Amino acid sequence: MNVKKVDLSRIKPYGDQMDDGAVQLSFTLPVSNGPRAREAARQLVNSMGFSEVQIVFSEDLSDDFTFFIVYGKTEKFVDYNSIKAIGVESPKMNMEQVDEYISTNIGHPIIVVGATIGTDAHTVGLDSILNMKGFHGDSGLERYRMFEVYNLGSQIAPTELAKKVREVNANVVLVSQVVTQRNIHIKHLTELVDVLEAEGLRDRVLLIAGGPRITHELAVELGYDAGFGAGTMPSDVASYIASEVAKKLL
Amino acid sequence: MNKRIPHLDLDENLVREARKLAKDVTDDVQRFIDVKSTTSVERTVVRLYGIDGIDAEDVPLPNVIVDDVKNGGGLDRGVAYWIANGCIAKSMMPQELAEAVGRREFSLMDLPPQNEGLVAEKIDEMTKSAIEHITEIRETRDRMLEELGDPPQPYLYVIVATGNIYEDVVQARAAVKEGADIVAVIRSTAQSLLDYVPYGATTEGYGGTYATQENFKIMRAALDEVQQEVGRYVRLTNYASGLCMPEITAMGALEGLDFLLNDSMYGILFRNINMIRTFVDQYTSRLISAYSHITINTGEDNYIKTSDPIDRAHTVTTSQLINEQFALKSYMKPEYMGIGHAFEIDPDVTNGLLYEIAHAMLTRELFPQATPKYMPPTRHMTGNIFKGYAMNSLYNLVSIMTGQSIQLLGMLTEAIHTPFLQDRYLAISNAKYVFNNAKDIGNEIVFKSDGFIQKRANEVLENAVKLLEHVKAVGLISAIEEGTFGDISRKRDEGKGGDGVFTKGEDYYNPILEAIIEELRGESV
Ligand code: B12
Repeated sequence: MNVKKVDLSRIKPYGDQMDDGAVQLSFTLPVSNGPRAREAARQLVNSMGFSEVQIVFSEDLSDDFTFFIVYGKTEKFVDYNSIKAIGVESPKMNMEQVDEYISTNIGHPIIVVGATIGTDAHTVGLDSILNMKGFHGDSGLERYRMFEVYNLGSQIAPTELAKKVREVNANVVLVSQVVTQRNIHIKHLTELVDVLEAEGLRDRVLLIAGGPRITHELAVELGYDAGFGAGTMPSDVASYIASEVAKKLL
Repeated sequence: MNKRIPHLDLDENLVREARKLAKDVTDDVQRFIDVKSTTSVERTVVRLYGIDGIDAEDVPLPNVIVDDVKNGGGLDRGVAYWIANGCIAKSMMPQELAEAVGRREFSLMDLPPQNEGLVAEKIDEMTKSAIEHITEIRETRDRMLEELGDPPQPYLYVIVATGNIYEDVVQARAAVKEGADIVAVIRSTAQSLLDYVPYGATTEGYGGTYATQENFKIMRAALDEVQQEVGRYVRLTNYASGLCMPEITAMGALEGLDFLLNDSMYGILFRNINMIRTFVDQYTSRLISAYSHITINTGEDNYIKTSDPIDRAHTVTTSQLINEQFALKSYMKPEYMGIGHAFEIDPDVTNGLLYEIAHAMLTRELFPQATPKYMPPTRHMTGNIFKGYAMNSLYNLVSIMTGQSIQLLGMLTEAIHTPFLQDRYLAISNAKYVFNNAKDIGNEIVFKSDGFIQKRANEVLENAVKLLEHVKAVGLISAIEEGTFGDISRKRDEGKGGDGVFTKGEDYYNPILEAIIEELRGESV
């Protein structure tokens, strides 16, 4: 068969043929619609490194804005073989396995404190990880035999969280941040690390951040042990906690 | 109103029963609302007397005045008396007086009591002019609405949320030109928890701009202009919620706002604001809205963001009925009740659309005179904007089919960011397409009497009645403690702003509210 095979050292977008480089884009320019606006859009996309640029749709959003839908082909490629992604690394276990693992390797329940900190009022994400009900059929940490969970809810000040950590002698701190506008999450997350450090608690706990815009890379950069993003399952977090707390004990 | 909607056979006895129960539940709460006031209710009075501005430390003058009276131990009499007494003692206008107190020249509480007759006269004069002022604004708006014409329902409702009010204006103008009927200016993250209303124009807000009187003015002026160009009245929305709920309503009344998000329980549940504070504040807030012909939007859509939209559908109905009764206690006409509900069922559910139709029909039929506010899918929106766009089309279809009034347009980028200009444009085109393409679909539909939709709507209603019976038995406050709404539990003595609640003294006097109540009561007879 005469079908081109993928070359992992040079991968490109696939439209309807290997390596055709087809990409769809949409954007708005702050000018009114017309031939001149369309030509501007074409040149702009061209200058981004696309060839065979087609402005397939343009419409006025009002007098001074035009929306474009554009297709183009890119010449660029990446070497897939040399790509490394940083993510949380831990063995994947289910609830029974995690409980079993903690019983054997740690011998007592792990104490977890969770909160959405700062001005952020979103709780659904953190609750999906902590509440019994869990997320898409995967039970939350409260249902695990070997986790003792304190869920403080939202709008919690870092100092309040630190107080709870001390009070219950927590092993793990789970923090959620959903609102990211103007990098407010960075500010909140940094504040918490500072508070925990100032109170001499940072080294005593496994510190984990989560939220739809949180990546492991970002979390580590901010001084966290791990970060979990969109689509995280409670058992992902449970497995990670179990294996990390066990490691700390060694 | 001319809504062509299909008919739902609801058990009429059950409907009556539900309303009766909701009334009993709210009567119980109203009894303690009536004997209490709050610092924000008093600041509302201060604002309506025309006091605005900040002191040298940026503290708003309404806070300066109320704190001054509170610290001096006079608040249980109501702030109106002290302002009038001060005006006489110092021969000043209220604003001058407030500025002087702001400069710490004197405390209102240190001024000697003036001749009672003169003070009473002063109060009457100030109250009359306050009421005249908001009446004039109401009449101007009602006139504009009539002259320019009220667009057909469902109204297309969009949000702007750049954090810079001047940038918001650019986006609002564009949205109106594309067809938006209502523009909501999203409020800055966490304003709800501020126990004062910030002053002046916002240019760098988090997730929105502050609800300030200046921001209201800027946006209303921009809409006044663009609505002339498009030849239809454009409504402006903001949020009367949080610790300053009634103050924001007063500002809305002063600046000609059309809609205010205003729920009797949202702040308690979603912002952890003290219960008593919220109940007392919402009453004043709604009285002003009712007077100023501001349509309130209730927040039931939120419950099914944190709890399951099918299992807990009856909590939406229950809360709608409670919100309606609280609004009636403020003499609000049904047409100003934007009863909230939402299209939030997980798109993976088989026949999810049938549930949505049943729930939307139930809201429509339970509140035939109201102006229901239908909210789009948000919780199950993901980064897959293409799927999100399809979900929004179904949402629009349900709305036109079931005759909803206010359509908050779904954004395909809901899970990603506050709307880009083009997101809003795509949302408006989607709604226009569906509303036009299926314009009279409601006319053609008859629901099978033993079919899924009829049964489901009645089932939700039955469950709501059961829940209301329980709420009546334990009381609304205990029901909230039990986590009845949104699966969120709040305790009666907890929450922010509880320290701002106080019991009215024997000589408590709130002349503005009394005047408003008197007028509204007169109208409703
Ligand atoms: C529900 C909701 C609300 C509800 C929240 C109710 C509640 N109690 O949570 C209400 C109505 C109160 C609300 C308010 C606001 N919201 Co909101 N909200 C949403 C919405 C629709 C869904 C969020 C959600 O529940 N997702 C479902 C959960 C399961 O997903 P998740 O949070 O991503 O969680 C998963 C992972 O991220 C991870 N995870 C999350 N946290 C953690 C923590 C740990 C430790 C771990 C391990 C994992 C983890 O695991 C979870 C399961 O996989 C989103 C839009 C959307 N579709 O995403 C907007 C959204 C998040 N909200 C937004 C905004 C701006 C606000 C407001 C600021 C609006 C305003 N100006 O008033 C206010 C917030 C006020 C405040 N003080 O925070 C923006 C955020 C934009 C941004 N990136 O900054 C969004 C994206 C909407 C938008 N497009 O504008 N909101």
